[in-house]
Amino acid sequence: MALLPARAPLRRTLGLLPAVAIILAFMVVPVAIMAVFSFLVPRSFGGVEWTFSTDAYVQILFERMLDDSLRFSPGYLMIVLRSFGLALLATVSCLLVGFPVAWFMARRPPGERNLWVLLITIPFWTNQLVRTFAWIIILGRNGVIEAPFRWAGILDQGATLGLMYSNLAITVGLTYTFIPLMVLPIYASLEKLDFSLVEAAADLYSSRLATFRRVVIPLARPGIIAGCLLVFIPSLGAFIQPDLLGGGKKLMLGTLVQFQFTTARNWPFGAAIAMVLLALVMVVLILHARAARPHPAPGGGQ
Amino acid sequence: MTTAGAGAARPRAGAGGAGPAAVALRDVAKTYGRGAHAVEALRGVSFEIRDNEFFTLLGPSGCGKTTLLRAIAGFEQASAGAILLFGADIVDVPAHRRPVNTVFQHYALFPHMTVAANVAFGLRRLRRPEGEIARQVAAMLALVKMEALADRLPGQLSGGQKQRVALARALAPAPKVLLLDEPLSALDLKLRQAMRQELKQIQATTGITFIFVTHDQEEALSMSDRIAVMSEGRVQQIGPPAEIYEHPANRFVAGFVGDANFIPATVVGEEGGRVRCRTPAGLVLAAGAAPSPPGGRGTVLFVRPEKVGLVPAGQGTVEGRVRGLQYLGDAVLIEIDIGEALPLVASERMARLGQAARRPGDRLGVVLDPAALQLLAG
Repeated sequence: MALLPARAPLRRTLGLLPAVAIILAFMVVPVAIMAVFSFLVPRSFGGVEWTFSTDAYVQILFERMLDDSLRFSPGYLMIVLRSFGLALLATVSCLLVGFPVAWFMARRPPGERNLWVLLITIPFWTNQLVRTFAWIIILGRNGVIEAPFRWAGILDQGATLGLMYSNLAITVGLTYTFIPLMVLPIYASLEKLDFSLVEAAADLYSSRLATFRRVVIPLARPGIIAGCLLVFIPSLGAFIQPDLLGGGKKLMLGTLVQFQFTTARNWPFGAAIAMVLLALVMVVLILHARAARPHPAPGGGQ
Repeated sequence: MTTAGAGAARPRAGAGGAGPAAVALRDVAKTYGRGAHAVEALRGVSFEIRDNEFFTLLGPSGCGKTTLLRAIAGFEQASAGAILLFGADIVDVPAHRRPVNTVFQHYALFPHMTVAANVAFGLRRLRRPEGEIARQVAAMLALVKMEALADRLPGQLSGGQKQRVALARALAPAPKVLLLDEPLSALDLKLRQAMRQELKQIQATTGITFIFVTHDQEEALSMSDRIAVMSEGRVQQIGPPAEIYEHPANRFVAGFVGDANFIPATVVGEEGGRVRCRTPAGLVLAAGAAPSPPGGRGTVLFVRPEKVGLVPAGQGTVEGRVRGLQYLGDAVLIEIDIGEALPLVASERMARLGQAARRPGDRLGVVLDPAALQLLAG
């Protein structure tokens, strides 16, 4: 009665508790632990000493000499740059391959589209490691690509095309792994696209290319941006593909983090790199938030 | 193709000049699918649309009128036949090179562009100078009275306003022919009626040939110079509105354009250009025959409800009894039993009716003037 209106907000708050608890337990707390660990000192065989130190961050850019002086060391910075470069490359190649696929799917009859969505998601059902390993068989020495060359005598017994353990191999692996994350959001925005707009553009003297540029791309923009983010962010932190296809030589941030926590047993350093990765992702997300802000083109098709 | 230069404004001769037809269709056919599932949307359509004409394609949904319009626009490839635009065959010219523009049924305004940018779109693609574009956009927005909303996005407009922008956008490149695909169907009744007059006036002002597709017979009758009534992929009749309404070529046209009474009848004689017909109930009536002599599946007598004369009992050609009344405000529809399988429907203007309100059961005389009765193929 009189209690009812007062109780409703309380009940609503209680109802939100499980969601809040999950966010706290699985997102906020782990990141907080990482943040704290990154400011501690490593113990010899893994774990941390509870002593405050900024060494982990200093280590990213500088090398501590024997006389305790610091010298600039670009090694890890190069890994950051390479990660950015490879993630960008993977994003562009996902976009180039994914957009036509999404367009094709969106232009199927409505009843047929769900089947295509299903087909696109099927690779997700198998283990990422297994799928990445398959690329070794394709790209590697005596792999599916090299074998015919060798058989035809174009390639000598000892020689190799050098496809494996390269930036190319990593990009291929990342593209293959993350392409559904590009296709699906673009498909979602293209499916909503009213095809009569494409006809209207053609009716108003637009070539196919002009229609694509002035009408299709602008209207698919939210999907394109979402797809690029969904591919770029996990690519930046990926460790399986660089590890298996880059042969451990071509380190990326994700590989480095994994290496620090396992083999190198330097948890604070691994945590510090993870925090840098997090900061980079935040920068990308902020840039996205700005780009995604709707802005009408007052000039239209300038 | 000589038409490749798209959209250039052409000096205009007077209406219905001696030049080539604006659009000429020669045996245009369109079949969707193949084999057993093939659907014939157009079955050999041939006619000509004159320059500076307001021409309407009228028919029920699925009659092929929209397919025909899309074939002229270039969105559909005709399976057979030729489409000539001012004498030049445009069948192989892609849509974006045809000097025709379309007003789409649901407007198809570009949602990411302002009203002004939408109207300028075609002119920009034609690479017209910016000064000319600005002038033309301003002129078109003035024509459709939308100057004040030039900077709005389509999402911020009402249905009627979108309609006007779509019209301005299609008119801006000064097309030789403007195609309108049921452009008024999404508007409410009052707005639709107002837009009819405006469309007619814009057609007269610009001198552009309009090809208007609709399933609304009132719309077709009120705006068109000529109408083509279509059904099942074929043209049933072409003519000015009055001819279509007064002298339908067959039962389909008579029934689709306006209300109609049909009485099955067989011809029993002929005298002085009229035919004598006998109905199943034994009535013998004189009627005019349709322009083309009916044949085939039997014949029907046709009369419009407003042409059925009502007189006091005993004075008509036929005696009847009122079965039911339908009040329409300005008129009343009276169902009269004349002994046939179906009652005859007469419409009487309220103004003429005065106090002599009719009631179910009333006896009255029905006058079926031979000039108003027509014999049609069933």
